[in-house]
Amino acid sequence: MKKKMSNRDKTFWAVIIPVVILFFAFNTLPMIKGVIYSFTNYKGYGTYDYVGFRNYADLFTDSRVGKSYLFTFKYALAGTILVNVLSLVMAVGLNSKIRCKSALRGIYFVPNILGGLVIGYIFSFIFTYILPTVGNVFHIGFLQNSILASEKYAWIGVLIVGVWQAVAMNTIIYISGLQTVPEEVYEASMLDGASKWKQFWKVIFPLVMPFVTINLVLSTKNFLMVFDQIMSLTKGGPAQSTESISYLIYKNGMDGGQFGFQSANAVIFFIVIVAISLFQMTVMNKKEEQL
Amino acid sequence: MMKEKQKTNWVLTIVLILGTVTVFFPLYMAVIIAFKKPSEMTNDVAGALSFPKQWSFENFRQAMEVTDFWHSLGNSLLITLVTIVLAILIHSIAGYVIGRGMARRKSFRFIYLYIVSGMFVPFSILMMPLVKQTAHMGLGNRAGVILLYLVFYMPMNVLLYSGYLKNIPIALEEAADIDGASTWTTYWKVVFPMMKPMHATVAILTALGTWNDVMTPLVIMSGTGQNTLPLAQLNFQTQFGTNYNLAFASYILALIPILIFYMICQKQILNGVANGAVKG
Repeated sequence: MKKKMSNRDKTFWAVIIPVVILFFAFNTLPMIKGVIYSFTNYKGYGTYDYVGFRNYADLFTDSRVGKSYLFTFKYALAGTILVNVLSLVMAVGLNSKIRCKSALRGIYFVPNILGGLVIGYIFSFIFTYILPTVGNVFHIGFLQNSILASEKYAWIGVLIVGVWQAVAMNTIIYISGLQTVPEEVYEASMLDGASKWKQFWKVIFPLVMPFVTINLVLSTKNFLMVFDQIMSLTKGGPAQSTESISYLIYKNGMDGGQFGFQSANAVIFFIVIVAISLFQMTVMNKKEEQL
Repeated sequence: MMKEKQKTNWVLTIVLILGTVTVFFPLYMAVIIAFKKPSEMTNDVAGALSFPKQWSFENFRQAMEVTDFWHSLGNSLLITLVTIVLAILIHSIAGYVIGRGMARRKSFRFIYLYIVSGMFVPFSILMMPLVKQTAHMGLGNRAGVILLYLVFYMPMNVLLYSGYLKNIPIALEEAADIDGASTWTTYWKVVFPMMKPMHATVAILTALGTWNDVMTPLVIMSGTGQNTLPLAQLNFQTQFGTNYNLAFASYILALIPILIFYMICQKQILNGVANGAVKG
């Protein structure tokens, strides 16, 4: 028996060691390298020197980086709130007594399976040619020119596309959350004479709280890392007003000769994402316990 | 009372049906434009939304030629399929070993946390070093992209598999063990088939992620002349110029494969996504 167990252990190690090596080589190692590059003035080619914390100091004074953080946070905050409100409403609708339930669920999920890049191109046409016509007909001032060409409104265009795709995903998760609520809970609260509104917020919502956590963490993370939509809708413009952090790191790190500097940016970005996710999870866990 | 609760909510049904316009409108417009001639694109909404004078596939034929469609499609299929197969084989056994090992050894618990925490690592921080690294190792190509996907999806898939393992009684493995089967055989003969529902979830989540991904092939495969389907749309953007009809034909071509896949496996996809998110 003892020998058998050690055979099992041997197999376990024989499987896990190559897996860990693979993961280390293409995840941990590049991350360590990224951290090391962040302390250099490497351009992406040629020689480089170590510059200590200069990149990090410069990050906080670089207006373009600051602008990209502002845009990304604004975008992620607005997106997360919009998506979660909309998809919760959608989920409640799609989970009630309606006809064609599965067909409707299927249709509303379509935006999520389509790639962000191509969807961005299609919406770009809508923003450039369709919406201005609508704006002209109904005399809506800010729509009369392409919103993507406006420094002030371009981010809303990116937001619409991001939300259009993300709602699909989060709705499905909320629906599976609503399905975990037993039928008796609805019946019991109906008998108590609670109004629909009250029933939802006092009884149903607390029960789907774990799904709210999942959705908040997921959508915040996805919105913070927005890339494809920027690539196809605005390329960060106009006047860098929609330059997301991921896009800036890609653009200036890969082609702009800022390999070292953008590595520092990526390190900070990584810390920000981890901090926000952990913060959300702790806060929401506390909320879940309270309820 | 019971009767009333079961009644169909027609108002809501109609509102929800009308709401599908938000999904269909962009797709409808894309299809219409893809079938039109550039001369039919008048400068008003009708130019974009009215039916074309005649339904011709000329734009599609041209788009296939310009973007080397079959080649890009082949690359996308190759990368996605190989990634899925390898993910199911490698991630499932990794998830199994970690899941079972965790119960007995601290070291496996540590490996679990190490790999799963990789979920928080954004691609941005890995991107630049990975481009150097893969180029240096001769992996700046399709094989490299597949390898990277296997690494990127490992945290999520290991989490899913090791979580699912809790549903599979260890007694089965012990019985096989007493019968003299090796751990390796027991895994492939007994445990692997039992994880079938999770294989479907993993396949679907991995497929959706890799099929639509732009960033990884963009930075890793640039310079090889190879395109994936989304990457081709990006790379040929300048060639489309202002010929929106050609561009939209190309977009539609890029969307069709995944739409067909979705129509066939809709139920599994919805289940898979829900399962993945809830367990993850």
